[in-house]
Amino acid sequence: MAHADAAAGARGDGDAVMTATSAVSTLDQVMQRWEPVIGLEVHGQLLTQSKMFCGCSADYIGSPPNSNTCPVCLGLPGMLPVMNRVAIEYTVRSALALNCEIPEHSKFDRKNYFYPDLPKGYQISQWDMPLSLNGHLTFTVDGEEVRCGITRVHLEEDTGTLQHAGDILQQARSSVVDLNRAGVPLMEIVGEPDLRTPAQAREYLVRLRQILVYIGVNDGNLEQGSFRCDANISLRKYGDTGLGVKVEVKNMNSFRAVQRALEFEIVRQGRLLDQGQTIAQETRGWVEAKGATISQRSKEYAHDYRYFPEPDLPPLHLSAEFVDRVRAALPELPQQLAERLQREHGLSAYDAANLTAEREDARAFEALVAAGVPAKVAANWLMGEVARLARETRIPLQGSGLGLEGLASLIKLVEAGTINGSTAKELLEELYLAGGDPAAAVRERGLGQVSDQAELERLVDAVIAENPAAVADFQGGKEQALQRLVGGVMKATRGRADAKVVTGLLRERLAS
Amino acid sequence: MTLARDQVTHVAMLARLGLSDEEVERYRQQLDTILAHVDRLQQVDTSKVAETAQIGGLVNAWREDVRGECLPVEKALANAPKRRRDHFEVGAIQE
Repeated sequence: MAHADAAAGARGDGDAVMTATSAVSTLDQVMQRWEPVIGLEVHGQLLTQSKMFCGCSADYIGSPPNSNTCPVCLGLPGMLPVMNRVAIEYTVRSALALNCEIPEHSKFDRKNYFYPDLPKGYQISQWDMPLSLNGHLTFTVDGEEVRCGITRVHLEEDTGTLQHAGDILQQARSSVVDLNRAGVPLMEIVGEPDLRTPAQAREYLVRLRQILVYIGVNDGNLEQGSFRCDANISLRKYGDTGLGVKVEVKNMNSFRAVQRALEFEIVRQGRLLDQGQTIAQETRGWVEAKGATISQRSKEYAHDYRYFPEPDLPPLHLSAEFVDRVRAALPELPQQLAERLQREHGLSAYDAANLTAEREDARAFEALVAAGVPAKVAANWLMGEVARLARETRIPLQGSGLGLEGLASLIKLVEAGTINGSTAKELLEELYLAGGDPAAAVRERGLGQVSDQAELERLVDAVIAENPAAVADFQGGKEQALQRLVGGVMKATRGRADAKVVTGLLRERLAS
Repeated sequence: MTLARDQVTHVAMLARLGLSDEEVERYRQQLDTILAHVDRLQQVDTSKVAETAQIGGLVNAWREDVRGECLPVEKALANAPKRRRDHFEVGAIQE
């Protein structure tokens, strides 16, 4: 018996090792036999001041526990919810940005279930008459255009938050509830099962988040859960049009987690199917530390929600004028902006995509260009040094001490030849957080480029006189010896000379 | 239409009601009567009436997005069966 166990254990270990070392090829192998079918459900909190059905503050993160509550969001008897007009407008705005239709008639329904984070015993949501239907999102993955249908965008309320408290020493087993988040407007975007790879799923999410942030309805924070995603995934034989048994995956709080969880599921399901087993229809949670999805014991009848029309909320009749007004106020979408930057400023598709990833970067780019900085120069600074500093300091340019205006005047000093590139980089590093006027810093500290021809010639001659060996090497054909001489001049000017001019002068002198 | 006993126990379970065998039978009969009445209503010809969930006549009853006052934490927690500091306390939830 013990022997058999050991043998089984060894087989298990071997399997685990193989999985760890050949995970990529295993995924590829599975995907050669089985076609993944993926659909995503995204929830996004709307950036309103107040909650969906009451006037409590929607800012639940910065408030002490249970301080943003009232009879409506606590679900006390006799309360009457009243819908937030801005939340409706934000949902319609999002739906239009996702090419959805807005039916004239919509309504709210009650979704009934018991859970401690849901004080009323039901969630106000939308069932058969949502605010919008039939949209789509198109994007490119590995050069291939992907079009993912959007089934619907509807509006509901968020739940409270549960913490699993308890003193381990006392083995206290209880959870605590904070209802500050209960009733925060929550938009649900249901995607069609049109995605075929984890990479497509990830790109869909990246694009969706970008759009919602651009149009100002959501802050796009996956970590804090203001933008969250559940995935449905099944496998089928290539060529089949029916759908396999789907598994719902939850608890993914980064783009990377979504991709990894889907890759894990494809391998897991593919292996089961290869062995002739069936897939259990269930909900699984992604466990980051294990790099695996784990079955979440689903309660019996958990999906028997008994939706019925919310009697406390009169229906919505959104007129064509209402929808037209929201459409007219729709800001420029990321894709449109990227195309415009290419057209108006001659940027490459790569630069345009890079600069429009975050709305603030695109704004900074346009401001720099408006201030007279050439487009390519502005793009290089923003995507290079500025992006690096923003990442390292975790402070965006607009919030830094230097700010947009400071950056513009710094770049102009380089463009005018007053300072060289390396001096500018040093100044940027120094002033990014501290702030200050770059032009004044250059004046006060004598950082201006040495451009006096006579002065440069004098320095070049001095360096030639001091380095006979390097001069002999260069004249003997060793081209790299020239760099030693250039370095000598740069050192003498404390880096303030134009290296190109110095090189030219040295060649001239050594040739004669 | 006759409501089956297991339909009653299913609905009771969803509502977290623990019913005795006699109660299941008593509610089965009562619910059956209600459903029979709804069945009668179903026979009315409504083919010329637009479907609606409400007859109050109100539409777009919304409010502006303005913050109002919340309850003091002590009041919000006043009816909590159990509390831990400023939280409601419930039995352990294992996800």
